[in-house]
Amino acid sequence: MEILTEVAISAFLVISGVFGLVGSFGLVKLKDTMQRLHAPTKATTLGVGGVLIASMLYFLLVKDKLSFHELLITLFLFLTAPITANFIAKAYMSANIREADVPTTQGEKGWAIYDDPPEPAEQD
Amino acid sequence: MIYMALYFAIGCYGIGLVFNLWRIARGPDAADRILGLDTMVINVIALLILFGILKGTAMYYEAAMLVAMVGFVSTVAYCRFLLRGDIIE
Repeated sequence: MEILTEVAISAFLVISGVFGLVGSFGLVKLKDTMQRLHAPTKATTLGVGGVLIASMLYFLLVKDKLSFHELLITLFLFLTAPITANFIAKAYMSANIREADVPTTQGEKGWAIYDDPPEPAEQD
Repeated sequence: MIYMALYFAIGCYGIGLVFNLWRIARGPDAADRILGLDTMVINVIALLILFGILKGTAMYYEAAMLVAMVGFVSTVAYCRFLLRGDIIE
């Protein structure tokens, strides 16, 4: 049983380390900013997630303490990663891509990064 | 065995920090630099938790949580500054 917990914790640690390295290496290797947005998501989800699972298992099985802090960090990272990616993509688009190059939204309002926000509705 | 895996993971994230630093120094666009900083924050969170396992204390979760929150807020602030020229309108 002892050896099984060690193998499990070590496997999670090694997997997370490899994914963290892959995420950061993709940031160097990929050619375009929009492509580079894709790489760090690996480091966020699998890398940090693996580290947090490994630390939960370690404190539960080796130290006999149950802790839920890790789940909080995982939840926070999973909530904020899409928001930051969306913001970075918007910042890139507003600086580098002209409005004529993107397709229309086919709605009554245009792209949020090029047009002013619509007027707020009248409050009663 | 856990310690060997720990040192392996710490080495991986350390090399990852060097890659991020290269992207921040090189990055042709401001968005690339923000992305590099954001990934750096992620790597630092992982390093803090690994350090906590290495020392055997649960004290570093609070530090990791604070780094996660400050990193998110700073990334959003940078992007808003680029988008609107102002952070709080």
